[in-house]
Order: sequence, then C-alpha cells, then structure tokens
Amino acid sequence: MFACGDVVYEYDGTLDGFFCCVFESFRRKETPAGVRPFCSPQMTLSPVRFIETDPKKAERVRRAIPKKLSWEGMTLLEHAFLTFLEQKELFMLRFVQLGFDMGPNVMRHLTHDTVATLLKAQRHLYNESHRYKQFIRFSVSGKVLTSVIKPLNQVLPLIAPHFIDRYPEEAFLIYDETHGMALVYRPGQSAIVPVDSFERNDPDEEEQKYRDLWCEYYDAIAIEGRYNPKCRMNHMPKRYWEEMTEFCRERKPGLRRSGAPPVGRRMLDGE
Amino acid sequence: MDLFDKLKILTDGAKYDVACTSSGVDRENGSHGMGSAVSCGICHTFSADGRCVSLLKVLMTNCCIFDCAYCVNRRSNPVPRAAFTPRELADLTMQFYRRNYIEGLFLSSGIRKSPDDTVEQFIKTVQILRNEYHFYGYIHAKAIPGADHALLTRLGMLVDRMSVNIELPSEKSLSLLAPDKSKTSILKPMGFITGKLQENRRDLVQYRHAPKFAPAGQSTQMIVGASGETDYQILSLSSALYKKYKLKRVFFSAYMPVSSNPLLPAADTPPPLLREHRLYQADWLLRFYGFEANELLDEANPSFNPLIDPKCNWALSHMDRFPVEVGKADYEELLRVPGIGVNSAKRILAARRVGPLSYEGLKKIGVVLKRAQYFITVNGKLNDGLRITQDGILRNLISQQGVEYLRGQSAEQYEQLSLFSQGRIGGREAVKCLRAGM
Ligand code: SF4
Repeated sequence: MFACGDVVYEYDGTLDGFFCCVFESFRRKETPAGVRPFCSPQMTLSPVRFIETDPKKAERVRRAIPKKLSWEGMTLLEHAFLTFLEQKELFMLRFVQLGFDMGPNVMRHLTHDTVATLLKAQRHLYNESHRYKQFIRFSVSGKVLTSVIKPLNQVLPLIAPHFIDRYPEEAFLIYDETHGMALVYRPGQSAIVPVDSFERNDPDEEEQKYRDLWCEYYDAIAIEGRYNPKCRMNHMPKRYWEEMTEFCRERKPGLRRSGAPPVGRRMLDGE
Repeated sequence: MDLFDKLKILTDGAKYDVACTSSGVDRENGSHGMGSAVSCGICHTFSADGRCVSLLKVLMTNCCIFDCAYCVNRRSNPVPRAAFTPRELADLTMQFYRRNYIEGLFLSSGIRKSPDDTVEQFIKTVQILRNEYHFYGYIHAKAIPGADHALLTRLGMLVDRMSVNIELPSEKSLSLLAPDKSKTSILKPMGFITGKLQENRRDLVQYRHAPKFAPAGQSTQMIVGASGETDYQILSLSSALYKKYKLKRVFFSAYMPVSSNPLLPAADTPPPLLREHRLYQADWLLRFYGFEANELLDEANPSFNPLIDPKCNWALSHMDRFPVEVGKADYEELLRVPGIGVNSAKRILAARRVGPLSYEGLKKIGVVLKRAQYFITVNGKLNDGLRITQDGILRNLISQQGVEYLRGQSAEQYEQLSLFSQGRIGGREAVKCLRAGM
C-alpha cells in the first residue's frame, strides 16, 4: 500500500522525468500530495522534493509498465501526458499504482475514477487532434506550407503522421502557439521542436487568390433555406474559427470581388 | 468567364446534392504525390447551414439537355450557365487540397451533350489528378445513367466511390417529375456498379494487386418531400437498396423548393428538415444497431414521430422487452436501450467483466441516464428516486429536435398534438406500459 505523503514532487517536465517520479513513489511506498513540473508557477506550502531525471530509472519504469499494465496502459499514459488535464501527473501516478495492483485488467475498470478521468482526457486529446486534422489551414508561402494552431492539448505528435502521410513531397510547418512547439517536415525528415515565435508572411497574389476562391466556395455551398448556425457551431466550435481561412477574410479592397458578406468574424491575418 | 464566377455558378448547381462524405476507404500514401484517405472521412468545415464540407463538390457543367422538375439545372430554368475544363477543375482540387481545405473531389454534372460525353469529361479530369498529379485523395463521381458501361468501368477504376441518385422514391413520382428518367434507367447503372464491385472483390481475392474498382463502394440519394411518399416507403426502399445493391450509404435530401411547378411543393414550403433528420436516425439504426425497417415503421404507422427519436419510439412501443438488466444483457439488447449507443454498450461489456456496475459508473462510461433510466435496471434495481410521471418522461425522452418542433407550433396545434398522440402511443399509455414494464 502507498502512504499519502504531504510532499510535492517536482520534476523536469519530461515523460522520463515523470517516470522517475513513479520510481520514487514506488521506492518510498508513498503517494505525494502533488507532482508537477518544476517551472510551474503555482505556489505551494507543502515541502517540495525535486526528482532528478535518471535515464536508468526511467528505463526500468518504461519496461515495467507494459508488462504489468499492458501496452494499452502504456499508450494511455503517453497520451495522458500530452493532455491539459489538471494534475495529470498525479492521476497518471495513481493509475500506475492501480495497474501494478490489478494487472492489465486495470484498463477495464472504466468506472474507476482514476481510469475514467484519464480515458476522458485521452478522448479529449483524440477529439482535439481530429478537429485539427479537419480545420488546420495551410498557407503556401514560397514552397513551404505553414499553419498556426492554438490547441489545449499537445496534439502535434498525434497529427504528425496524418499530415506527413498526406503531404510526403511538401515541406510544411505547423506551429503550436500554446505550447511553443512546431512540427517541421521536409521530405524524409520530421521533428517536433521548440519554437519561440513565428512570423507570418503576408500572402502573395497566388495564395490570396486561392483563399478568396475558397471563401467563394464556402459561401456558395450553403443552402440559405437551411441556415443553421447552431448546428455549425456544434460541429465546429468557435475557438477553431480564428485560424480558418473562411472566417479570416482579408479587408483589402478590390481583392475580394464578390459582394458576399463574410460569414465569419472579420479579422486580419496575424491579428 | 473567370474562375470565380464559374466556381460560384457550378457550386450553386451542386449544393443540393447531399452526399459529401469522404468515407469508406483507407489509403496511405506511399511516398510521392499528394494525398491519402481515411476511412472515417474528414469534414474540413461546416457551411452556414451546418452541413459537413468534405469534398470540393461542384458540377463540371450546369448545362443540361434534360428538364427534371425538381432540379435547378433543368433546361427550362433561366440561370447563368458555365463549365469547368478538366484542367481547371484538377488544378483547383490540388490547390484546395494542398491547403487542407478539402478531402478531395466530388464530381457531378449536368448533361451537356450526352451521358457518354459527360463521363468522358469526368475521366479526363480524374486522369489528370491521378496519373499526372499523383493525387491520392478521395474522389467521388456520379455514374451518369445511360452512359456506356465501358466508360463507367474506366471511371470506376480511377475513383473511390460512385453513386447514382435514385432521386425520387417511387416510379410514379419519377415519371411525373423527371420525365426523362425511369426507375430502370437509374437502377441499371446501379446494378452494373454492384456487379463490378463484386467481380472486383473476387479478382482481389485471386490477385492481390488487381486494380480496385471504386474501393469505397456505391451510394445513392433520394429527395424527401418533393413527392408524396411516406417515411415508411422511403425507409423500406433504402433498406432494400442496402440489401439488393450492397450500397454503402443512402442519403436523404430534404426538398428545397427550386421551381414553381404546380406538381411540386410551393416555393414558400420550408424544407422537411425534421423528417430528413429522423430518416438519418433510422438509417443509422438499420446500419449499426441491427434494426429492420419494419420494426421502426409499418403500413399502419407510416410516419416518424416528430417528438421522439425512432429508437426511443420503438422502445416505448416494446415495453414488454424492458427493463433490461445491464449486468446481464447481451450486446444486441444493450444497443436497443435508448441512451445507450455503440460505444457505451461496448464499454459496459468491458467494465462489467471486472466488477459490478452502478448508475454512477454508467454515467462515467457515457450512458445517457436521463433516457436510459426508464429502460434499465442495475443489479436488479431501478435508479433511486426515479419517478415515472408523464411530465418527467416527456421532458426526458423528447428529443432536442422534438422540443424545437413543439416551439415552432402555434398554441392551438400544440394542444392538438397532445404530445404523444402523433406516434404509436398516447402519453397515458406510455406511462402505463412503463409502469407495467418495471
Ligand atoms: S439530368 Fe440531372 S442535372 Fe439535368 S435536369 Fe435532371 S437532375 Fe438536373
């Protein structure tokens, strides 16, 4: 059994770092009051213990988890780590403890609070990733496709295979503004790297033409007699609109030829 | 005419076609060209009417030698006409696809010269996309009735899905409203494609690398509310189409008045959106829940209940089969409980293997207790505090669309409806059988 301690673990914010927290918790047979990355801005009155990341310890945990919890359990942990679930590390730690106790069956305890919470967070991550597969818009500047997203979860690792498979001969960059990361791809090479800031280029004439054509299409495809903004919103929450071409129309006079009123929020690219 | 005007006109002519999904085929890209396909399909945006936009859905041309009364592109309709060249359309598709605006192309067309000529235009466009641009995204093409089978075969080898629109749900309506079409002329290409698909499947068993004919299969659509068919007739027809022609999807399109033809609903008739919605719900039950058309409707009750969804309606008229014990019921039984869907049914099966269930737990799994509570027991017990009152049932079982429907009715109509009276069951009866069932 694990005793509940009042100490808070701090770690370096990497998955390996988290695994070392797991190692520590099992070694001491204690469940800390919290587990958090050391750069976290939260104040705490509890005593803090910094958990050093030791690749050897991390590796032992990495190897033990699939054996005890199944690969499915390992994937759940890896995914949960990408979510913005509050106190995700603590839920993940409890999940590992539970899994060592129950074995692979832990994945079937769908009604257990810890398991249900992690699965819900994972579903949220999946849904958000799917939304970005749907709603990401690329701008072509020079020979490179670029896109900016503001996800709640760290979706880049989940959407990367999809876009790499789709655009094998292109060079593209997806900038995750929330987490300051970017997926960068060139034929045969891809990486997710930290990026501090990202300058958007003004669209050139060709790019502007296709944006305008897309807006033209977007307006024309709707059937007026079926106008249903609520349904649209259910399928496509507002927070994604900000970066979608059809809702970010340029205000350059003369460039948009048709008089159709913009359907979405008007905003300038880069605002 | 420039590209902007063409796009506008040719989108306008295609927008009433509802089949826009990009589903049914998984294709990973090798390492060249552009594009892939995912079997669940991807909607890239939703238009102001709330419909999924997945494919670039345009007409090659809206010029047509035919005069189908319900169609905007009919010969006698004075609208501006335009046509894409195959190259223009292929380029537009690539440019949109590259920016992740779309999943691929939906090719449809008016018949400018002849069915054969139209299919040839399709083939040219798709050849540019597939062979020249190495495009691996999704392509859906209309199989034009009356076109040469050899041409349709060539087209089928290049695209993912083919469809022939049934248009109207009966021969009578067809001859009335689409004098140039007949049931046979529509079913013939449909049957041809079905045959091709089966032949291709056999080939694929023998030779793994045999070229694939329309790997995402065949679909159709019919217009609802342009002619007098009942929901029951429409649903029976679609279930027959699934069985006989092995269709992947049947789409329904609420008729939008586009003509003042006296044979058609008047121009100010609102499209029957609720009917369309109920048909899709029922269609879903046929495809994923093991229902048969005649379980949901029959000659005596040929229309869907506007207030409650078809599954709930079915459950209320089969209270002898409820409540089911979630700890024991098999998958099929669980699927029939209102408030339990495919996912939650599967999760119930998994969860109960490792421990007893509870109402709290069911909620976490994703069961909509508000509805399900009337139809289930957990460990032999009803939900604590569940009171079966007419008001409560109405509040909890009426669908969202039903509520909106009621709001749209005048006070008088509202009275007349007296809630459940439209369906198979009166409100009081519902309460009675719910009580009796428990
Ligand atoms: S043949 Fe097709 S495009 Fe032509 S009028 Fe009939 S439905 Fe419309």
